[in-house]
Amino acid sequence: MIKRAKTTQTITLTIDGREVTVPAGTTIWDAAKELGIEIPGLCHDPRLRPVGVCRMCVVDVGERVLAAACVREVADGMTVQTNSEKLERCRRTLTELLLSDYATESLREQKTGDDALLALARDYGIERSAIELPAGDGRPQDLSSPVIDVDHAACILCDRCIRACDEVQHNNVIGRTGKGYGSRVSFDFNVPMGDSTCVACGECAAVCPTGALTDKRLIVPIQPRNELDSVQSVCPYCGVGCAITYHVDRDANAVVFAEGRESPASDSRLCVKGRYGFDYAKHPQRLTVPLIRRDDSYPKGPLSSAVKGERRKKPGGLVDYDEVMPAFREATWEEALDLAANRLKEIKEKDGPSALAGFGSAKCSNEEAYLFQKLVRAVFGTNNVDHCTRLCHASSVAALLETIGSGAVTNVFADVHNADVAVVTGSNTTENHPVAATFIKDAAADGTTLIVIDSRETGIARHAHHFLHIKAGSDVALYNAMMHVLIEEDLVDHDYMRDFTEGFDGLRELVKKYTPEMAQEICGIPADRIREVARVFGRAGSALVFWGMGISQHTTGTDNARCLISLVLLTGNVGRPGTGLHPLRGQNNVQGASDAGLIPMVYPDYQKVASPESQKKFEEAWGVSLDPNPGLTVVEIINGALVGSIKGMYMMGENPFLSDPNGNKVRKALANLEFLCVQDIFLTETAEFADVILPATSFFEKYGTYTNSDRRVQVGQKAIEPPGQARFDWELVCEIATRMGYSMSYKSAEEIFAEFTSLAPSYSGLDYENLKPAGKLWPCPDPATSDGVQLLFGDGFPTESGRGKFVPVDYQPAAELPDDEYPFILNTGRILEHWHTGTMTRRSKALDAIEPEAACQMNPDDLTELGVDPDGYVKLSTRRGTITLRARGTPGVARGNVFVPFHFREASANILTNDVLDPFGKIPEFKFCAVKVEKAGSAA
Amino acid sequence: MAYPYEHPREERMLSRYFGEVDAIGIDGWIERGGYTALEKALGTAQDDVIQVVKDSGLRGRGGAGFPAGLKWSFMPKDGKAPSYVACNADESEPGTFKDRELMRWTPHQVIEGIIIASYAVRAQHAYIYIRGEFVDIVRVLNGAVVEAYERGYLGMNILGSGYDLDLTVHTGAGAYIAGEETGLLNSLEGRRAEPRVKPPFPAQKGAFGMPTTVNNVETLASVPHIVLNGADWYRQWGTEKSPGTKLFSCCGHLQRPGNYEVPLDFSLKELVYDLCGGPPEGRELLGVIPGGSSVPILTVDELDCEVSYEGIEAAGSFLGSGGLIAMDDSTCMVRAVRRMVEFYAHESCGQCTPCREGTSWLTKILRRIERGDGREEDIPLLLDVGSNMAGSTICPLSDSAAVPVVSSIQKFEDEYMAHIRDGSCTAKR
Ligand SMILES: Cc1cc2nc3c(=O)[nH]c(=O)nc-3n(C[C@H](O)[C@H](O)[C@H](O)COP(=O)(O)O)c2cc1C
Ligand code: SF4
Ligand code: SF4
Ligand code: SF4
Ligand code: FES
Repeated sequence: MIKRAKTTQTITLTIDGREVTVPAGTTIWDAAKELGIEIPGLCHDPRLRPVGVCRMCVVDVGERVLAAACVREVADGMTVQTNSEKLERCRRTLTELLLSDYATESLREQKTGDDALLALARDYGIERSAIELPAGDGRPQDLSSPVIDVDHAACILCDRCIRACDEVQHNNVIGRTGKGYGSRVSFDFNVPMGDSTCVACGECAAVCPTGALTDKRLIVPIQPRNELDSVQSVCPYCGVGCAITYHVDRDANAVVFAEGRESPASDSRLCVKGRYGFDYAKHPQRLTVPLIRRDDSYPKGPLSSAVKGERRKKPGGLVDYDEVMPAFREATWEEALDLAANRLKEIKEKDGPSALAGFGSAKCSNEEAYLFQKLVRAVFGTNNVDHCTRLCHASSVAALLETIGSGAVTNVFADVHNADVAVVTGSNTTENHPVAATFIKDAAADGTTLIVIDSRETGIARHAHHFLHIKAGSDVALYNAMMHVLIEEDLVDHDYMRDFTEGFDGLRELVKKYTPEMAQEICGIPADRIREVARVFGRAGSALVFWGMGISQHTTGTDNARCLISLVLLTGNVGRPGTGLHPLRGQNNVQGASDAGLIPMVYPDYQKVASPESQKKFEEAWGVSLDPNPGLTVVEIINGALVGSIKGMYMMGENPFLSDPNGNKVRKALANLEFLCVQDIFLTETAEFADVILPATSFFEKYGTYTNSDRRVQVGQKAIEPPGQARFDWELVCEIATRMGYSMSYKSAEEIFAEFTSLAPSYSGLDYENLKPAGKLWPCPDPATSDGVQLLFGDGFPTESGRGKFVPVDYQPAAELPDDEYPFILNTGRILEHWHTGTMTRRSKALDAIEPEAACQMNPDDLTELGVDPDGYVKLSTRRGTITLRARGTPGVARGNVFVPFHFREASANILTNDVLDPFGKIPEFKFCAVKVEKAGSAA
Repeated sequence: MAYPYEHPREERMLSRYFGEVDAIGIDGWIERGGYTALEKALGTAQDDVIQVVKDSGLRGRGGAGFPAGLKWSFMPKDGKAPSYVACNADESEPGTFKDRELMRWTPHQVIEGIIIASYAVRAQHAYIYIRGEFVDIVRVLNGAVVEAYERGYLGMNILGSGYDLDLTVHTGAGAYIAGEETGLLNSLEGRRAEPRVKPPFPAQKGAFGMPTTVNNVETLASVPHIVLNGADWYRQWGTEKSPGTKLFSCCGHLQRPGNYEVPLDFSLKELVYDLCGGPPEGRELLGVIPGGSSVPILTVDELDCEVSYEGIEAAGSFLGSGGLIAMDDSTCMVRAVRRMVEFYAHESCGQCTPCREGTSWLTKILRRIERGDGREEDIPLLLDVGSNMAGSTICPLSDSAAVPVVSSIQKFEDEYMAHIRDGSCTAKR
């Protein structure tokens, strides 16, 4: 992002004989634009810092040398000539020079049809064959990247890709090598792009004006954009919620390519998943017909060898349909829906409503989440409805609700720009929230002091001014010590605490004993460093705290979050620009699904199930009586299935077999269910245990709204037609409800949204029309004129007292500590190219090509000590199970630790994890358990 | 060891001690009056030092001839931000080899100039950015810097004045473009030596984004003399617009090539024929490039001028760096120009399209003319590309590459035509 100093000074100049007044610091290019004068250029892109290298935009300012309009700032009294015979000649010669040496076929012209050099040549009427200059020596192509074709012959060295990579994405992969005519763009130290540290975000190809960097085709050949339909939508993956334009080939019914589009959430940036991960929707394994389990496939159990825990017949990560499909038969919608509704109804009648449960999904829209919880509450008659937010930020939300009365972020991530100090803790931001990370990296490069605190040294740590490599699970000790220092050195905000907080005395008492020296013993950070970082934080005029699942996925997850909240309350860092609390949300709609009430203890918009008033409100709205008792959470439901108290389940887009802890237990629990209906787009591991499988539409095939980590509600638009008989998730929910005796009928997702917003005060006023094109932040009191409220709680909190509460907590170790038998610490999480249980990303050509295989990360010294070859295999065992997978030496992982991504069914991390829960948030301890590591021959 | 190139008509202010081994070390330098100028400067207000240099009319010796005192006066005076002085010792202009000798024989003359300049512009750190190939001279300079620190001419509280300055010798890695002042600053920062867009000029935003003064070695070496003896004394030589003396590095087809220091009102013709002895026996001069390969060639008939900035400009060229290249009638002009353009093509940093592409096309066209494969239309093509690549780029390297082409076609078109029409060369071998 380009930061320009704000100025009120104005400058008046003359351009082509016309006077114009612009703010000081404006470039000639922009000033000319004010007058409607377009100056040709190749290296300039308004999103990038101007460099003035192509010299196509030169104008006459009466100096000896022509000035590049894109970079030269205006001056008072300047007289600019943007067009003259001399300038035309210059530009023409330039075009000829470039063209005479240009690739014979421009890949960009062939693909998207918008090669800027060829367009310029057309404008000047230059025929390539007529150029008298001798042609060049030929420059090579580099097709090594899985997503981008590099054609050096078409590179005009405009530097855009370098700036995009360095300054927009801060990946610093591209540079120039060579001098003069031998200059080339190069990746790292001039290695092929595919071998470089490139993270395939595609920003470079997006800004390249020529055929030098172009996207590779994914499913259908890339075609000129004017021959394609463009659909304004958002990304289906993470909580950043990047705005995307999908270019769609109607005949092929496929997305052809994706482009970032303008939005405050993403500034047109994308990551590899958003840009190249859309093709899963067209994967041949999509479910297209309702399926019913064959009678001879009972009793139920896992079907594929991977889920059975056996050696697979075929290598590769996808479900082997040959293994699972014979267990099912195709059915009509009538038959499948009747069966599902009847079985659920039977169980309800036989065992009572609380024998039923539903898992919704944070991948589905607000409308689907709303409707699904309505189904479970109003039709099943229970509050046993939950979704994967339980597994990511339940503890954060528990702490936030308890202390400040609201579970959402208090500020948007892009506001990190205004922060003096930013703390990023327990977050592998560059991989898990790649585009949010670009804003943090931007800020860090531009004066924000970045403090990264993590048990792994990940990509964001490279941008940190202070990196604290803490021992896993020791967060509370560190934060208590930081608060000890802040209080001891009086770096706290007394006025703020007086006006807006309560419970400080308890905190002061508790952190007294947490001297940095004491904390050092627990968290491994030298006392002096703790003091230093505490002072940096305490002296900041504004500080913003980001956290991820490294904080939340512990048995002490709620405690960890309480500490971060206290830190922020202590220093008065809420409600002002550059301040706030930002738990980075995982899935694209984890915020929205929670807002919509996919949580067992709250109705939509966090209205408490336990509150008779709320109950009454929803009983009236839905016309039924509701269960006054909060329902069970994800892991409790699985436990219920195991012991037989939960008998029937409906799962919409959730795959607990891979996503929930202690996979072996989950397997038994799923097999134990009397009835399971799975609604999904692929036959997931979980669906192997299903009685009925309903084929649903993917993100690209439906309308809906999605709420990102910032609370930004955005509209996802239908881009393609669903395959086969697949139907909208919300339609299927309506069908089941109606068949169970509760009539539900809606004409569109929009109508559901209207019902939801009428019951959720935070969403009040929002509708599809005012949400387009860039969405709005909730709350948004005046959607007609405002983008929504960015900064919350500048004047107190929605708690009973209106004050933020300090909740002091003592350090407690993780539930299962390493011992002689299981001496390592296991940590689990995500990697850049994959998503959750891999159902989408592993069916995405590019993402699968980049990372086809499960690999754990370990310290190279540990691997050497275990005698594991580079890229060799290890066997990981915990008290709950064993997996075998490749090990990669990763210096950022501390000795004695193992990190395992959980996307891979053939080496499922959650076979290993501990399903012990945080007592408040009921979140499992995914980030810590004891594991044994042994050298293995090859993948099991 | 006597310095091999001397002539009684020289005015040896800068080069007086060339050849005297004893003047290299700090003791020998102090014996010869070294560092008295620094003492005097430190006892004078900064702005007064700037004023003397302004009054002296000293112009930059790196090529552009910008008034040194004026350049210094652009530096901020509030001392709020760190600021720097960079001594440009990259000396890579073809035909130029004077800075090398200044540093080799009189390192303390240069260092004293740097300290005075730094004091005047209120810099806290100075750098000597030196061509990496000057291995022996780097050694000399490093030794001299250590000596200067030991004697308290560098470091904290210099000579009790309260002024602090550090000096670092930074070696380049062999790119001509690192001599361009902003390319130099990028290189100093550890980046590719790519010239920066100006404005902002280094005095606004230089090294590490802070105000910086960049001066050539010879410019800085002149400063102690001016500070010690005053502006009027300095103006005893040269002209109103070009006061003082200047070193000329004379090479090519000359009987006595070498560095000669003459007042700036000296005659170019006499410099060539008298001091340098003219062309070798039996040869005629074709022309002279007076200021490094970046300036237009003067034919033998155009040499009757003063060597002042304005004198040479009136004759149709530029004083430039003072690197004088003489070419006699054994020279194939097409080949000579092709070699020069090849140099620029090789040394272009590659940022600006006109320069990166243009230098390469000029080279290719010149090569085909030299080979005898040229066409008559190549002449207007050369002029067209040449004129359109000049005056439109970030730094003047692009112009420099076009200059020899355009000026040689203007003055020696016959030679080109002989190659094109007859495939022959007019050079007398
Ligand atoms: C391509 C190019 C190369 C240059 N090389 C040198 C050099 O080697 N030494 C030098 O002193 N100045 C060189 N200059 C000039 C510098 O940019 C700058 O003008 C000079 O260092 C300023 O010092 P002065 O004012 O004392 O001359 C070069 C300029 C250009 C455009
Ligand atoms: S690859 Fe494209 S964006 Fe990068 S320098 Fe070349 S033409 Fe410009
Ligand atoms: S794809 Fe992204 S990381 Fe890779 S080179 Fe391009 S901008 Fe850099
Ligand atoms: S003119 Fe040539 S050398 Fe100078 S900045 Fe441009 S490309 Fe580089
Ligand atoms: S657009 Fe201005 S120099 Fe390239």
